[in-house]
Amino acid sequence: MSEPIPVPASPQDGGRAQPGIGSERTGPPLWLLLELTYRCPLHCVFCYNPTDFGNVGRELETAEWLRVLEEARALGAVQLGLSGGEPLVRDDLETIVAAARRLGFYTNLITSGVGLTEPRLQALRDAGLDHIQLSFQDSTRRMNDFLSSTRTFELKSRVAALIKKYRYPMVLNVVLHRLNIDHVEDILCMAERMGAEYVELANTQYYGWAWRNREQLLPSRAQVRRAEEVTARFRERVGARMRIFFVVPDYFETRPKPCMNGLGRVFLSIAPDGVALPCQAARMLPGLTFPSVREASVRSIWYDSPAFNHYRGEDWMKEPCRSCPERGRDFGGCRCQAYLLTGDPANTDPVCELSPQHHLVTAAVARAEQHAAKPSSEQPLVFRDYRAGEDKRA
Amino acid sequence: MSSGDRVKESIDAAKRPAMGAGFRLQWEPAQQTHVLLYPEGMVQLNQSAAAILTRCDGARTVADIVADLERTYEMTGLMPDVCTFIAVAVQRTWLELIP
Repeated sequence: MSEPIPVPASPQDGGRAQPGIGSERTGPPLWLLLELTYRCPLHCVFCYNPTDFGNVGRELETAEWLRVLEEARALGAVQLGLSGGEPLVRDDLETIVAAARRLGFYTNLITSGVGLTEPRLQALRDAGLDHIQLSFQDSTRRMNDFLSSTRTFELKSRVAALIKKYRYPMVLNVVLHRLNIDHVEDILCMAERMGAEYVELANTQYYGWAWRNREQLLPSRAQVRRAEEVTARFRERVGARMRIFFVVPDYFETRPKPCMNGLGRVFLSIAPDGVALPCQAARMLPGLTFPSVREASVRSIWYDSPAFNHYRGEDWMKEPCRSCPERGRDFGGCRCQAYLLTGDPANTDPVCELSPQHHLVTAAVARAEQHAAKPSSEQPLVFRDYRAGEDKRA
Repeated sequence: MSSGDRVKESIDAAKRPAMGAGFRLQWEPAQQTHVLLYPEGMVQLNQSAAAILTRCDGARTVADIVADLERTYEMTGLMPDVCTFIAVAVQRTWLELIP
């Protein structure tokens, strides 16, 4: 699967501020993401899953997932994401949803739609599934199927109709990049035809397979600007009928995203093999041993493990973050991005213009601009696959 | 209802507010607060918001809810505030109004 990294639960203006933010005490992992499997029928070029996912150990058994749910709920976890890979590949998904719902989780299924037949949707509905987010790769069969390297466009369209039939809000997610960002208008028209209530246009974040394919996926500034303008016009026309979220690509920003609202603050992800992570991509961070739920309780992992405590607070920060007045707002950005781009995860996220390595980001953008001006012969896209992942850092 | 004449025109006190599709209200012991849960998000509710929303069960009318609140909290004249809150909640799709 190839969804963007979901943003942890954030209060809207009707609510009070999130606990934990701005305080030194560690709050509960309000957001729990279970990546039930890395298996996926799709081969998306922009997937954030690790490129060596074929080497990840045995998936947790049903009973192990149920124990994780119980332990995390007892700590206060309340929003549950079920993702992967494609979570529908697991035939115990219904059991997991039913247990989660019984425990009081709000259950979100994040899916490509492949495998979501009517009997399974009926069973998931009966199990108490709260919400489905369906991904599309583009507005046309040709591009959708090319970008996922499958023939799934019509199947996804049928699934979209089923989701409506079972009276779930229709929430579409489309990951944007150079190859589809000029189709935003068509994508939004497709969403409107399907009766979508929410559309998330999420620009690619460059981890895993997306990092591997970054040179071919990063759009130009003009492409991003056009897409934003199209989105704004569309939003004006459809009003509250269809809410559209446009997630700006951070490479074009001057300040970094507050990734995960700070590592280890509200977000807990469990990988298919039971390894607990403060962010789905964090497995790549060097020097940390992330504990497995097979060996430790969720409580001890969250509160006591060195890996989860390492990037809490500000002691790990280097300059310019360490003395920056904005460090409490963006937490220095993304550790994985700092690592991928600079080789040191404790560096300031180079998206920040105050970073001494900001030129690494501007250089990547400059190459995208050059490509937009004069398309050249490119290295081929690498499609997500068990066999293609041996070379970890392209 | 003494303050009925100040009720927002858009909210009819005979309508029955119910939770909007996809929204769920529950008490969270870990946060010591009521929360409103929705797809991939959460709002922590203050006490008055929780007092109103927990009564929006699709059976009681706005007038019933106001009467209940005024009885429970030994207050009067809550209708305008409750209506304002419900109007905003409807606009945010937290609530639906059933005729």
